[in-house]
Amino acid sequence: MSRSSSPTSSLNIYTAIEENRRKTALFIAAFVLLIGLIAFAVGIVLGLPVAPAGVVSLVLTAFALLLALWLYRASDRIVLGISEAREAKRQEHLELYRTVENISIAAGIPMPKVYIINDTAPNAFATGRDPAHASVAVTTGLLQKLSKLELEGVIAHEISHIRNFDTRLMVMVAVFVGFIAVLADVMLRYTWYGAGRRTRYKGKGEGSAGAVVLVLAIVALILAPIAAQVIQFAIARQREFLADASSALLTRYPAGLAGALEKITNDTEPLEVATKGTAHLYIANPIKGQESSMNNLFATHPPIKERVARLRAMASAA
Amino acid sequence: MLTGALKSLFAVAEAYPELKANQNLLQLQGELSDLEAKIAYARQFYNTNVRDLNTKIQVFPAVFVARMFGFKEEGYFEAEEAARADVQVKFTN
Repeated sequence: MSRSSSPTSSLNIYTAIEENRRKTALFIAAFVLLIGLIAFAVGIVLGLPVAPAGVVSLVLTAFALLLALWLYRASDRIVLGISEAREAKRQEHLELYRTVENISIAAGIPMPKVYIINDTAPNAFATGRDPAHASVAVTTGLLQKLSKLELEGVIAHEISHIRNFDTRLMVMVAVFVGFIAVLADVMLRYTWYGAGRRTRYKGKGEGSAGAVVLVLAIVALILAPIAAQVIQFAIARQREFLADASSALLTRYPAGLAGALEKITNDTEPLEVATKGTAHLYIANPIKGQESSMNNLFATHPPIKERVARLRAMASAA
Repeated sequence: MLTGALKSLFAVAEAYPELKANQNLLQLQGELSDLEAKIAYARQFYNTNVRDLNTKIQVFPAVFVARMFGFKEEGYFEAEEAARADVQVKFTN
């Protein structure tokens, strides 16, 4: 963790990719465990003995993994659909296409698909499970408001997300966070009915130990989705610094991205198609009026000032 | 290099206002400078990888594996004399 939080000290890109792969695997393991635990808690809440609760949790975990696999393959289409992005034609957006082509060559990845979001707020994101199935989406506002060098910095930032496998990590994270949120929500609602029915049928038959377990399980169900989201945003914030550094390395011009970030943040227009669920994908927070700081657990992006300061430091060092 | 050829091409175009405004010529200029950028980026990609390789095979623990299997330092790409010369852009009917 400490190494990648200061990406400028270790810019070897293969080390970064290796680290990301390891983290993805670790992350999947942690989330499978978490889902299993939630399912187990649900079983206990519903008044099952330990052994059947274990079986229920295994079945639910298996189901979660299957669903995750499907979402993993469909996620880029879903995200692009939510964001109302349409595929760009090369003749119409020649400058954008050339920039994406050039940076892809520099990064050594296949040319990603290029998408346009019809919105005057400048912003961009990348998605896709690996470099061969990747897409870059930019808003029309970004094309209008940025200079060529600034656009190049933004594209290099997005292509870095693809090459560093950040897009894959974020897809996995989003799938699991969503699943935990839905699962916990459904179970909490169900618990009220379940608990009510149980008291009606059984009367005062429950021991105090059972009550303690029940309360703990309900607390776990409430906390799990929040914890999952905190983890998701922490990972998203951390990947931004690495992508900024990689972008500077690809374009050899950190000032371009720094200028672009300032323009994007100083722009007051909100991006209509961005939702809370997709906000962390964008290069800078598309939802306005949220002051982000490193201490804020729910911030999707590191503070822009900090990012710009790091880029400017690179520019003056070079 | 291409840069040289582009400069002379643009210089020629400057002298002929009609030619300068010609859509095809503008397109050609765009394509040529884009080609130049693509070549530069490809070279950068190659040289970045050479640098990473050269660093890696000298660093613990990869250094042992590199010695055992005979991984050698690679040279950076540098254009030879002929490639450095101005590219000829000719118009024929």
